[in-house]
Amino acid sequence: MVTVLKEVDAVVVGMGWTGSILSRELTKAGLTVVGLERGGMRSPREDFAIPAIRDELKYSQRQELFQDSAMETVSLRHARSETALPMRRLGSFVPGTNVGGAGTHWNGATWRCLETDYVLKSHYTEKYGRNFVPPEMTIQDFGVTYTELEPHYDKFEKLCGVSGQAGNLRGTKVQGGNIFEGPRSSDFPNKPLQRGLAGVLFEEATKKLGYHPFPQPSSNASAAYTNPEGAVMGECVYCGFCERFGCESNAKASPNVSVLPVLMLDSKFELRTHAYVKSLVYDRRAKRVKSVIYVDPRNGEEYEQPAGIVILGAYVFNNVLLMLTSGIGRPYDPVTGRGVVGKNYCYQYTDAGVSVFFEDKENNPYMATGAFGTIIDDFNGDNFDHSALGFIGGGHISAGMSNGRPIATRATPPGTPRWGKEWKQATAKWYRRWFNVSGTACNYAHRENYLDLDPTYKDALGRPLIRITYNFKDNDYKIGKFLSEKSAEIAKAMNPTIVTEPRYRDGNYSAVPYQSTHNTGGTIMGTDPSNSVVNRYLQAWDAHNLFIMGASVFPQNQSYNPTGPLGALAYWSANAITSQYLKSPGPLMPA
Amino acid sequence: MAEVKLARRNFLKGAGAAGAAGAALATGLTACGPETATTTAPAAPDVWHTLNATEAAFISAAVDTLIPADDLTPSGSAVGLAVFIDRQLAGAFGNGARLYRQGPFLPGKPEHGYQLALTPREFFRAGIESTNQWTQKTYGKDFDRLSEAERVEAMTALEAGKPEFTGFKSSMFFDQLLQLTMEGFFADPIYGGNRDKVAWKMIGFPGLPASYREEIKTYFNKKYDGEPQSIADFS
Repeated sequence: MVTVLKEVDAVVVGMGWTGSILSRELTKAGLTVVGLERGGMRSPREDFAIPAIRDELKYSQRQELFQDSAMETVSLRHARSETALPMRRLGSFVPGTNVGGAGTHWNGATWRCLETDYVLKSHYTEKYGRNFVPPEMTIQDFGVTYTELEPHYDKFEKLCGVSGQAGNLRGTKVQGGNIFEGPRSSDFPNKPLQRGLAGVLFEEATKKLGYHPFPQPSSNASAAYTNPEGAVMGECVYCGFCERFGCESNAKASPNVSVLPVLMLDSKFELRTHAYVKSLVYDRRAKRVKSVIYVDPRNGEEYEQPAGIVILGAYVFNNVLLMLTSGIGRPYDPVTGRGVVGKNYCYQYTDAGVSVFFEDKENNPYMATGAFGTIIDDFNGDNFDHSALGFIGGGHISAGMSNGRPIATRATPPGTPRWGKEWKQATAKWYRRWFNVSGTACNYAHRENYLDLDPTYKDALGRPLIRITYNFKDNDYKIGKFLSEKSAEIAKAMNPTIVTEPRYRDGNYSAVPYQSTHNTGGTIMGTDPSNSVVNRYLQAWDAHNLFIMGASVFPQNQSYNPTGPLGALAYWSANAITSQYLKSPGPLMPA
Repeated sequence: MAEVKLARRNFLKGAGAAGAAGAALATGLTACGPETATTTAPAAPDVWHTLNATEAAFISAAVDTLIPADDLTPSGSAVGLAVFIDRQLAGAFGNGARLYRQGPFLPGKPEHGYQLALTPREFFRAGIESTNQWTQKTYGKDFDRLSEAERVEAMTALEAGKPEFTGFKSSMFFDQLLQLTMEGFFADPIYGGNRDKVAWKMIGFPGLPASYREEIKTYFNKKYDGEPQSIADFS
């Protein structure tokens, strides 16, 4: 019943950021490439046009551009002793679907990880001693260094036309940028964006306190820009409809704007939409993936696409699902600590901070863009001394509202009712005059946080759901409290009319409120098949022609939004494929 | 329009509740106060896509309690929130779009989110039934027939989860009701709520086209007084 198609040089699963980049790099190297996308086409001109795109109910509340959880979702439990239940609605995170994936509806925050993030375990061990990292914290080095990735970061930033201010240009610290960042070979392609009131007040306060504020690096272009591929971006109009929306002015970098216009012209590339990848056909003896099986939801037909190289560029959960259901790699066992597929699932601890209200100011929150924060990194990574803190890692603290969309983005001072006349008066008074000062923390891997297959619940293709076993741990709660207190200190220095008590999560991880779509791990990278699914080139240890992209390869989650780091890794891996693997197909590292 | 709605409901409920009905009519008229008539553009009579008469009366009374008429805006029903909720429940959302609906349906922790087998439409049917049963027991009347003070009292009790409902907490029903009410109040008027952009005017949200390349500089820390525009104004 399965129609076997003609073999191609490479097949790419998922047409988000990494799938688009790999398709482009491989066709440029002369390969024939088929891109498979489970959803349909999304064309900025047709689908993200005003006025229709400025619809908070449709896109934000009813989740127009996200994965359809009626078709597939994940289940959650907080500990192995519990029964997982499905996330029946997306809440805490919102994976994308359709051509462009989450790359169409992201906010545009485009970071580089710190140099120490890539050598995390060895850094802490060398600096603070052998026993400093607790044994249940299963963090590890990436197996690739910042210095090795730097040219690839540079390439991704130029692809996206990132707006920002360098803080470390070829080793020289530049005030006004992030002085904690690793050296960059060139400045950002675009100047920083305009700032709103929150950013300016935050900058003044943090400077007064001796910290080092800088504008959030952003793939919302501060000026019209043509990227090295020849794709054209418009100038950001600060509409405040960024995350959860497509960009009508093509000012937000996305696969659809930045890569596909060029890729689609290449005759060596073929895009197949409505191609729902079900499994990989694995030849265990030859240690390679023979083909990819997909279903066309328009007619239910199954197709087998053989390929010389297979790129897995789905979202974190589907990358892990395809590995587990296709029997590639040894599943992680939290009891023994052995096995790797599903290991080191991490998420993110967000909103550790306060809300501030200013009676005498106008914040105009709707004049905003996605990555609109002013940030300090003084309490991120190991940028501050950890010897007596009782936790490892930290986070960035920011202020600056990405939007004033009124269904979801409102606040009233503490003690205000949620409805009725008093609520109306308070909302009318404060809607334009508040913002948050808050920290976003790293989330370091824990032995008991992992992904596997749910024994009960299935998706629309009949496959088990990915089961998340996850909770915040002591390290996360401590960082959260620390960042919320630092945020409160900064907030008070702004002299607001009202500042809330510092807030931090002290209970279970909840699947309900949105926190971030920064899920990581499950197919982690490393230097040894015993501690990783893919090697430093993102090549699967158990299938040399399989390369896995995206945040599922992060051994742990830094505080930074993952798109910049995963973009750099995509170019790094593409370079390894085209410059090494094609010449001599086989393992790029000895196992 | 409120008169039409309540009159139909009285007819459907029959003469048995005549004593209560008189009071309800008076309450309904109060809730749909003079501001409504003077500040809201004439709207077509409310037509219900899915709510039955009892449910329509409940939702109208509920949105008027959550969004009462005052100097800032007319009441919730007068700005279309009952119509909004009816349409949402009649459409894709109400019928379970993007909701994973495979069993088993086991009780979860609050952190698991919604775990019921019911679509939002059926959840609202159950929630309205349970609320009316509770107000009948407590006040001897359906919710929509309570005085304004009693409605506030009843909503406060629901919010705190005090009434015992079958299958789910009363606070969960309240949260969903409040969520849909706020969505209708602040969404673009094309969905039937936020008539005349009253909620956007109340808070100073300018709506569309939301293009502020220059304004972000010229209105730094200054009040922006753009007259709000809807998707419909550009269509």
